[in-house]
Amino acid sequence: MSMITLKVNGRTHMLDVDPATPLLYILSDDLALRGPKFGCGLGQCGCCTVIIKGQAVRSCVTPVSSVAGAEITTLEGLGSSAKPHPIQKAFIDEQAVQCGFCLSGVIMTAKALLDRNPKASDADIQQALSGVLCRCHTHTRMVRAIKRYAQGVKA
Amino acid sequence: MNCINPISRRTFLKTSGALVVTFSLAPESVFSQRLDGASSNQVDGWLSVNADGSVTAFTGKCELGHGLYTAQTQLVAEELSVPVNRVKLIQCDTEITPDQGTTSGAQSHPTNFNHGSLALACATAREALTRLAATRLGLPADRLGVKDGVISAKTDPSQKVSYGELIGGKKFNLTLDTRAKRKPAAEWTILGTPVPRIEIPAMATGEFEYVHNVRVPAMLYGQVVRPPAVGSTLVSVDENSVIGLPGVVKVVVKKNFLGVVAEKPWQAIQAANKLKAVWTPGTGLPKHSEIHDYLRNKKPTRDTYAVNSKDVDEKLSSAVKVMKSTYFYPYQMHGSIGSSCAVADVQNGKATVWSASQAVYPLRNTVAMVLGLQPENVHIIFKMGSGCYGCNGADTVSYDAALLSQAVGRPVRVQLTRKDEMAWENYGLAFVIDQRIGVDENGTIIAWDYEAWSPTLGNRPGMTNPGNVVTGFLAGFPPAAFAARTPAPDPTNFANNNNAVPSYVTGTVNGNSGGTGNVRSQRVLSRDVVSPFWTGPLRSPARLQNTFAHESFIDEVAAELKADPVEYRLRHLSDTRLMDVVKGASKAANWDSRPSPRNGARRGGISSGRGIACVLYEGDNGYCAVVAEVDVHQDTGRVAVKRLVIANDVGPISNPDGLRNQLEGGALHGVSRTLSEEVTWDDQKVTSIDWRTYRPLPVGAEIPKIETVLINRPDAPAAGAGETAVTVVAAAIGNAIFDATGIRLRQVPFTPERVKAALGKIG
Ligand code: FES
Ligand code: FES
Repeated sequence: MSMITLKVNGRTHMLDVDPATPLLYILSDDLALRGPKFGCGLGQCGCCTVIIKGQAVRSCVTPVSSVAGAEITTLEGLGSSAKPHPIQKAFIDEQAVQCGFCLSGVIMTAKALLDRNPKASDADIQQALSGVLCRCHTHTRMVRAIKRYAQGVKA
Repeated sequence: MNCINPISRRTFLKTSGALVVTFSLAPESVFSQRLDGASSNQVDGWLSVNADGSVTAFTGKCELGHGLYTAQTQLVAEELSVPVNRVKLIQCDTEITPDQGTTSGAQSHPTNFNHGSLALACATAREALTRLAATRLGLPADRLGVKDGVISAKTDPSQKVSYGELIGGKKFNLTLDTRAKRKPAAEWTILGTPVPRIEIPAMATGEFEYVHNVRVPAMLYGQVVRPPAVGSTLVSVDENSVIGLPGVVKVVVKKNFLGVVAEKPWQAIQAANKLKAVWTPGTGLPKHSEIHDYLRNKKPTRDTYAVNSKDVDEKLSSAVKVMKSTYFYPYQMHGSIGSSCAVADVQNGKATVWSASQAVYPLRNTVAMVLGLQPENVHIIFKMGSGCYGCNGADTVSYDAALLSQAVGRPVRVQLTRKDEMAWENYGLAFVIDQRIGVDENGTIIAWDYEAWSPTLGNRPGMTNPGNVVTGFLAGFPPAAFAARTPAPDPTNFANNNNAVPSYVTGTVNGNSGGTGNVRSQRVLSRDVVSPFWTGPLRSPARLQNTFAHESFIDEVAAELKADPVEYRLRHLSDTRLMDVVKGASKAANWDSRPSPRNGARRGGISSGRGIACVLYEGDNGYCAVVAEVDVHQDTGRVAVKRLVIANDVGPISNPDGLRNQLEGGALHGVSRTLSEEVTWDDQKVTSIDWRTYRPLPVGAEIPKIETVLINRPDAPAAGAGETAVTVVAAAIGNAIFDATGIRLRQVPFTPERVKAALGKIG
């Protein structure tokens, strides 16, 4: 065990943890955050995605020690149901959800891409989501929501 | 809702402001008794009007991601004429809600939206409230109208009384009245409109509490250790291999069930990986490549005739032409994106389990069996999981958590590893289907002969069979016995809940015709055999597999006779609603009327085609047709689905946007299952155990344009919508590939290798 400082959604936490622990467990169990979720634990689905230094990061395969001190944003760090972030609002407006379990993967991956490259093409978006899964197969609406958000970013 | 403490209905109502002041002296308040099926014929079992006039309603049908929570809220709001945001719906809790058995996606609508259960309770309540208002206002009931929970005189709105004033906080003490009138669909203002899904804002912002987010004070984390191979049993466990590792609390063994409990999730995972256990070798598995022969030859069988007109052999021998084909479908998995999770707190002979089970009351009984408790000492609270698409790991992981919690006397959360989820779930059925038809001189089908084999082992646990899923089995409970039966008895009534009977026959049993087609000579024989793997309902169970075979075969026959596939279908159909979805989809798709395959299909390069398929789901539960347009990349064998046009008729539409969402999702789920999903194994164990070895369509895949045609039938009974589109897609894609290339794929999934192999054969 060792003391690690984590900055999550603008708040700083001092935690006494096994430094090899994947970040996901710290977020969802020690900090009781609901956005990042365990889907596969293998870096294959996207459910655990958070944004660190502008990159979409799969927290299930990221040792907590490797992100000590870095600014970490989870799905709930973007906005709230009372005040959703524009990309969350786009998903709400498009009703681009079935069970919703995959949303950290879809939303955080798309947001990281569009923050980096506001002019991302459809092909870029497709490419970024090529390793993200939604087993309810809400793909059509999700891509529509992402494009709606992208329009707003460009404008 | 916070879930730190399980709450009784009484405290729930208290804390939610819905405390019911009973004015009757009857001691058996519905709120203090357990609401099993028997007590749900009471209005109070389904809803209460709070002092402020808002409504709390109770349902035994849960949200699975298919929009049912919102649709049911609309139903309550509509029938009672209150705004949607004045209705709070409580779903699936064995101490609060009525027992409505299992929520299977396609069955919830018929149950709660027709003339029974929740809908009837609301209608009964509205009529009772109107009677109370008539008395209070001194006016005849027919001169009163209701708006936003206020009843007023139609001619003088100042004469009014609100629900809250009439009954707020009191009981109805009323039995559901089967004569109570539902609001006619023509008067709907809430049902039938695209009310946004209530949970979406919380889901999109990470606020929503899934079962995976349930955290209970003093909670520990468990991990299970499953056998290394199918049929392995536990010989010994070396507890010392993990005792002393950080956080490890206990190693738990019960027969072949093995697990560890630790303080933190990561500690539990590491301990489970390090735990040394000796298992017997597996019992061996049939070769993957030979599974369909294995099913066909496996004995004993359980044989069932859905129809048997007993003249099929004779008709076939007199036919001008006889055609036959065989179709193959693989085992597929639910593959929920979140591996299954549950939290259990078993202490002092009582258990509380937070579970995403589709069946809280049945789960209460089987958890009691697994733990050796009385069912009344088990409380199951539904919390939504990730989409399940049928019997995924939700029940099995509930037993896992319960067993581990019982062993340590503290609450335990278990979330399965990806591998444990995928290697041991109750798979969707593999199938092998032989089809044979005869035609007369006009090319009309005169006899249809179907014989199919499919495997079964376990199922949903139901009320008495925890051994129907892996954990119950490992803990010592056998799966439901396989009841061999041959020969099949004659059918006594027509039922087509598995869609084993094709749409094109009359479905005649004992002189009554329940089918949708014209062909009178018909024999449909289904043979179940024991499966080497667990099986259970997966979105459109058996119906998808059968529809793939029927709708591919009718296409093959049409092609052989050089008939247009749409025209040839319509010629053999009698059900106008089924014909209407076929016409609706083909019209919207600008169907090019001509026989398949397309003239002049090139060899090499990209070749395009279109195909159609239709179904009356479960024989009575929703009409659907889809037109698929595909590009076949002949050099690589890749099939790209470019467009799907879906026409659907599920009776009265509760929520058009919710329905579209289900159709779109179902159709794409169908594409994924058709093109790439297949469970694999070696001679000992399942080898499709993660998203590299079981490959669905990712969000970034090339996805087809999807168009939906909704046919609204306000006066028809409500039918299910969650499983219609997924049922027809495989056949429509197969037919489109044939149209594009002239190759007929009879085995799902249509992988590039299979497409190329088929092209090679004719090329
Ligand atoms: S849970 Fe991290 S990628 Fe699947
Ligand atoms: S909405 Fe259910 S997995 Fe994406």
